[in-house]
Amino acid sequence: MNLPDLNIIWYILVGVLFTGYAMLDGFDLGVGALQLFVRKDEHRRLLLNSIGPVWDGNEVWLVTGGGALFAAFPEAYATVFSGFYLPFMLLLCSLIFRAVAIEFRSKEEWTWWRQFWDVAFSVGSLVAALLIGVAMGNIVRGIPLDADHEFAGSFLGLLNPYALLMGVTTVLLFAMHGAIYLAMKTDGELNKIVSGWIPRLIGFFLASYFLFNLYTLIEVPWVLETVRARPYVFAVVAVNVLIVLNIPREIHNGREFNAFLSSCAAMGLMMATFGLTYFPNMVLSSPDPANSLTIYNAASTQKTLGVMLVIALIGVPLVLAYTASIYWVFRGKTSLTKHSY
Amino acid sequence: MTVEILARIQFAFTIAFHYIYPPLSIGLGITLVMMEGAWLKTGNPLFHNMARFWTRIFALTFAIGVATGIVMEFEFGTNWATYSRFVGDIFGSALAAEGIFAFFLESGFLALLLFGWNKVGPRIHFFATCMVAFGAHFSAVWIVVANSWMQTPAGYHLESTVNGKTVILPPDHVVTPADLTSVRAVVDDFWAMVFNPSTIDRLTHVILGAWLAGAFLVVSISAYYLLRNRHLDFSRASLKIGLGFATVACILQMISADFTAKGVVRNQPVKLAALEGVYETRPDTPMTLFGYVDAGEQKVVGPKVPGLLSFLAWGSFTKPVVGLRDLPSDEFLKLRHPQAAAGELQEIRKQYWPNVPAVFQFYHIMIIVGVGLLALSLVACFFWWRGWLFDLSRPLTRWLLVALVFSVLGPQIANQAGWFAAEMGRQPWIVYEMLRTSESLSKVVTANQIVASLILFGLVYALLFVMFVFLLTRKIQHGPDTEEESEEMPESWKALVRTVPRA
Repeated sequence: MNLPDLNIIWYILVGVLFTGYAMLDGFDLGVGALQLFVRKDEHRRLLLNSIGPVWDGNEVWLVTGGGALFAAFPEAYATVFSGFYLPFMLLLCSLIFRAVAIEFRSKEEWTWWRQFWDVAFSVGSLVAALLIGVAMGNIVRGIPLDADHEFAGSFLGLLNPYALLMGVTTVLLFAMHGAIYLAMKTDGELNKIVSGWIPRLIGFFLASYFLFNLYTLIEVPWVLETVRARPYVFAVVAVNVLIVLNIPREIHNGREFNAFLSSCAAMGLMMATFGLTYFPNMVLSSPDPANSLTIYNAASTQKTLGVMLVIALIGVPLVLAYTASIYWVFRGKTSLTKHSY
Repeated sequence: MTVEILARIQFAFTIAFHYIYPPLSIGLGITLVMMEGAWLKTGNPLFHNMARFWTRIFALTFAIGVATGIVMEFEFGTNWATYSRFVGDIFGSALAAEGIFAFFLESGFLALLLFGWNKVGPRIHFFATCMVAFGAHFSAVWIVVANSWMQTPAGYHLESTVNGKTVILPPDHVVTPADLTSVRAVVDDFWAMVFNPSTIDRLTHVILGAWLAGAFLVVSISAYYLLRNRHLDFSRASLKIGLGFATVACILQMISADFTAKGVVRNQPVKLAALEGVYETRPDTPMTLFGYVDAGEQKVVGPKVPGLLSFLAWGSFTKPVVGLRDLPSDEFLKLRHPQAAAGELQEIRKQYWPNVPAVFQFYHIMIIVGVGLLALSLVACFFWWRGWLFDLSRPLTRWLLVALVFSVLGPQIANQAGWFAAEMGRQPWIVYEMLRTSESLSKVVTANQIVASLILFGLVYALLFVMFVFLLTRKIQHGPDTEEESEEMPESWKALVRTVPRA
């Protein structure tokens, strides 16, 4: 093969988009999940405003990831979203609620109003994180597909213990990531509060992550087989654990930005672990693996993948440039002004 | 109700609700550019205040637009999985391009627009405002490209893949239900897909409709302040900008409407005949101004102008516009129903018509409201020219301002009615004369699931809408900041102030 395999490139690119989503929206979903743990109105406003200028751009990663999946692997897009119909509708409603809660909450002074939108923001973020994890858990475990690649399972079947554990792990991961982000963006009293959460959140996350990996070895036998055949995955996992352990060290030394970078890197490596192990599948069929969707049988034509690659080569550098400039302009500790939420 | 109807209702409900907001963002985006541009050019703090006030309104519409827009990106997969598999090779790339080119641009610079007043200088802020407006237009481009391809598909071929072997199908291949697991539409020419025969006409029409939505919102709120005798300097200046913009957009919209309708005559004759309620093919085809369709009798009741439709369609009063009794053509029907006897074709033909009474009404509501808005803006411009527009002692002026307050509903009604006419007019096809809506559903999604999601979205969107109206009203009641209230401007901004505001 002389030309680079476009299907593999798009497998990586779709993975990069969803990883970008996890890293970025992950922290603002995490901040949402933590919103009710601070009591003072000023502190809650600071939490909201720490993500104020960026949450909207972060969600675009999900939209673009969805669009890229549709364009590059339409069969996978159609199978997953029609198969996960109700969980997806719930996810979309949660995302709507948290989005408008951010916009609405501080528009009025009334206690009940703010309390209502705080709960909407927090529960919306929690449920969204949980459902993303549950969906991911089912993808890892494999879902029943028929010969036409249509989903053959049930709604309750999606809520299996394995997927739910993945959901909880995702919530803890995002909460940890959000707390680290907050440590970077706050100062004074609030900084003390959020910094106090971080060691515990790291502990909870690591415990859950460990349990999840253990459960994976029991529940999803193909993972161990694949990893044996691809030993480099072990190296990625080992680096990943080291990086997670680096987070408390950086926090302890007051280097919050480094802690946040470590947390992002940890998420990237987790997605890499998944991607390296799952390859070349897009949606694994279980119990009948012959019906699985792969990067070849789920893909668009080479022509479309090529056109899309041109679009990505023009678009991605622009996206990275905007994202970097926005984070640069809004760097430093968050403070409340008249334009704040 | 069948899964098909439920899935259509759910999609229509979520997209119609979503479509209240993006046109406002697109139209307001342009007015923000005008106001901030005027502030940079004149240094008059009045324009600075205006930009600030309208930015707050913009932020509200934008937030709900984003929140309800995420749903749309995934609903093709959830409700229309078979469609997504069939056209993913073509349709998906437009959606992905929208995400990567438009949404990132919009959301990134939106942060600067909303929160950047004290972070960046006025010129960079103005640049950010322009980029947000540009991004909003760019997202309209890609989504209308995708939709226009469904109306007038181009730049593709059909191919069938059985046991890993791919066969290219001839252009006249008729898609049957048995084909749905093996056949898909595949792109031949990306640019022919993007610039399919209806893209430019429809894009122009949609963007002008969005400009009208934004312009009349500005007009409406400004007229309200004038009537209430509040924020007079502010509302006079806002009304001038809004009205000027609205009038230009109204006039351009009439021209665009003509182009769009002529395109439908050429590309989708069945749809045009249904929109105008033309059953019989005859020279001097009349145009019905308003009325209703008697589907049983196959006629339209209402005042007609003889030959007008022929003239608008062909530029000739005598050339006939083909009616539904001859559409789709016998050849088209024979290809799909080879066994049918000649006498049966007339009955079969009806299966290929949209719901004529409904699309007729939606189409005519759009036209009537559009013409009404043009008339209203011309009258208001006449008042402005005569110097009566701000003279509140005149009863006529007060009546005009009341009409202008309600004018905000006009573009919303016309935009929604226009989309209903366009999309229902395409039925029974999801991709015109290629793939049927009834064949495009998600096979695994049941009616109960759709009902559940419909109830969920119904409740959430009802709450959102109430909140939107409530917060918009509160913002309007609060009004723009006065000079004293407005926050300390950063030095780089103050340096721009040249004109001392009138007391």
